[in-house]
Amino acid sequence: MDQVELARATMGTSLAFHIVFAALGVGLPLLLVVSEGLGLWRRDPVWTDLARRWSRAFGLLFAIGAVSGTVLSFELGLLWPRFMALSGSMIGLPFTAEGFAFFLEAIFLGLYLYGWNRLSPLQHWLCSIPIAVSGAASALFVVMVNSWMNSPAGFSIQNGAITHVDPLAAALNPSVSTEDPHMLFSAYTVSGFLVAAVYAAGLLRGRSDAAHRRGLALGMALGVVAIALAGFFGDASARFIYQAQPAKFAAMEGVFHTERGAPITLGGLVLPSQQRIVAGLPIPYALSLLAAFDPNAEVQGLDAVPAQDQPNSTIVHLSFDTMVGLSLLSGVAALAFWALAWRRREIPTGRWLLRALVAAGPATVIAMEAGWFVTEFGRQPWTVYGVLRTADAATSSPGVGPTFAIFIVIYVALAAVTARLLLELARRRREA
Amino acid sequence: MTEAVAAILWLSLTVYAVLAGADFGGGVWDALAWGPRARSQRLAIATAMGPVWEANHVWLIFLIVGLFTAFPPAFAALAVALYLPFTVAMIGIVLRGAAFAFRAHGREAVGRLEPWGVVFGAASVLTPAFLGAAAAAVASGAIRVSGGSVTSGPFAGWTTLLAVDLALLAVSLCAYLAATYLVVETEGERDLQADFRRRAVGAALASGAFALIGLVLAWFSARPLLDVLFGRGLPLLVLALLNGPLALVAVLRGRPQIARVAVAAQVVFVLWAWAVGQWPYLVPPDLTFDGTASPVATLSLLLVVVAAGMAVLLPSLYLLFRVFKGRVPA
Repeated sequence: MDQVELARATMGTSLAFHIVFAALGVGLPLLLVVSEGLGLWRRDPVWTDLARRWSRAFGLLFAIGAVSGTVLSFELGLLWPRFMALSGSMIGLPFTAEGFAFFLEAIFLGLYLYGWNRLSPLQHWLCSIPIAVSGAASALFVVMVNSWMNSPAGFSIQNGAITHVDPLAAALNPSVSTEDPHMLFSAYTVSGFLVAAVYAAGLLRGRSDAAHRRGLALGMALGVVAIALAGFFGDASARFIYQAQPAKFAAMEGVFHTERGAPITLGGLVLPSQQRIVAGLPIPYALSLLAAFDPNAEVQGLDAVPAQDQPNSTIVHLSFDTMVGLSLLSGVAALAFWALAWRRREIPTGRWLLRALVAAGPATVIAMEAGWFVTEFGRQPWTVYGVLRTADAATSSPGVGPTFAIFIVIYVALAAVTARLLLELARRRREA
Repeated sequence: MTEAVAAILWLSLTVYAVLAGADFGGGVWDALAWGPRARSQRLAIATAMGPVWEANHVWLIFLIVGLFTAFPPAFAALAVALYLPFTVAMIGIVLRGAAFAFRAHGREAVGRLEPWGVVFGAASVLTPAFLGAAAAAVASGAIRVSGGSVTSGPFAGWTTLLAVDLALLAVSLCAYLAATYLVVETEGERDLQADFRRRAVGAALASGAFALIGLVLAWFSARPLLDVLFGRGLPLLVLALLNGPLALVAVLRGRPQIARVAVAAQVVFVLWAWAVGQWPYLVPPDLTFDGTASPVATLSLLLVVVAAGMAVLLPSLYLLFRVFKGRVPA
């Protein structure tokens, strides 16, 4: 791998690792607010106990999220110094705001985790609210930066130099209104489905106490709402990309030639060298219809951009279909759960349903990762779309290769130990 | 405008050093815990750090983000010139935090996780050491930038004898801070408190020695740094030289509250002597604050964001420290 590929691989691995913890850092606090609040309101120790269980697991997950997030803030400079030199003045403000949000999250998390015996129950519950609010805020702020890389705004370029910087316009760039809510609700989706998966697995093993049923129900409640909203904003996001980033859109859908009345191709493998998709299922006119609400709308193909400006359509199309497919399946599982619950007036615990929910948890994580693959691989070869090429943004420092290798080892170790500790935590809890 | 932003960033560095520095120092003492009370020492350290270390750590993120928002070309130059020490520090930060979290769970919920104890200690030494070495590279004027590119190579400034000395100074100052704070935290446990008092004295003497050696080394190899410290930084340097022994006396006399303030002040004086002396340079001798500053639109909006953020942050921080660090007369 050359220097640029190594830098991309390092950054990509760090992001893929961090995003799981970050998403849980956004979604789990909301579940804490609800369950501890219910415990307080209904004077029901089962709800309070659920919050207590989650709080320790959350403390561990948050710590790993915090340190892996710090790695990213370093890597922005260490791997992409020329990107930061160019865009720091434009994207720094959402990052600063994110810093404050993260600060508040860390402060109130400290109060929450270590304050069970130092604060009154009401005070303790109140501490969970700023965690949830600032968790969501930090996600929104940091995705603004990614949005800016997709649809850069708030400056002009004169003779190769950046002028007329308007940081507010940069922060509120055109893709924020779709990409931001899409990611926020994806984070809630992942949190809801993962929690539900944990309790579905417990129920499958015969642990059918009230805590397991409520944990499952609460996870599914968040999950079903969040996945619907994530889908809604994802759809809006795709339509925005159709307008603003035609090359990414063409790669997502595997469209090689600009055409009217374009079909959508479900699945299939894109072969860029032969300019075609094999083994996909085409649905006539569907792409034009979805993208522009007009069956005869024109969809730009990859041929509209020069070869050196095309993203890797094989990866982007596969990732896009993975995201959409797994999300749809997970959404169906959640709908089935609530349909059965409504019909039977109780939390459904059929084995096949529970098995599906156990699978849906990790599936939403894969869907979220695939979504990031779409946006990041789809933006290539640009770091800042149309402004700065990835090859021009990377560092020239030696040592990126070893850094990459070291971080792979660290992430594997951290993931393994975190998983082991979470399982261990659950086991101790049961034995106690 | 630039001055205000620069002052805010330097203030965050100072707060990071005074608060998170003590958390790294805690890791140092965890690694060096010995004697019949080794376990109680580790427990006291974990109890003191637990609720606050993540919040303390955010000051660094705040500093990084503020630096690339307000002075992007300087941030990029530092990232290129100090790629290696920053990478080591970053690895140290990850492993330290993860190890602490793993052990915090291990202590209460799971069996002993001794290997993570070793990682925790080692990472707590590595991180301040490499940040100290990186500071030496900046302060000694070894990083050269021309036409937007770093020309001084990947090893400039942080592999010198002076850098080694400042790395050791950084570690011993962290240990000094931690031991002094822990003397306050362990009030009521005479033996444990005496342990940390002895450690504070040891770290104080080590810090003083490394500081004086640093001045001598700078005289031989980094005159610009001496010009900085004995130029505009002189009043603060004098304060540091006067305060140092005072802090030590407070530790020895068993005045933990005064000692805590005096030792923190020592770190503040050292950092600000450097900052004030080096002004208007951010990365001497080639990059100034003004020359690398973002447009006024960005800086003014940054000040607004910081003001609004601080209005929420400071009361929250006060609450955190009042709940966990307030001295409730028991």
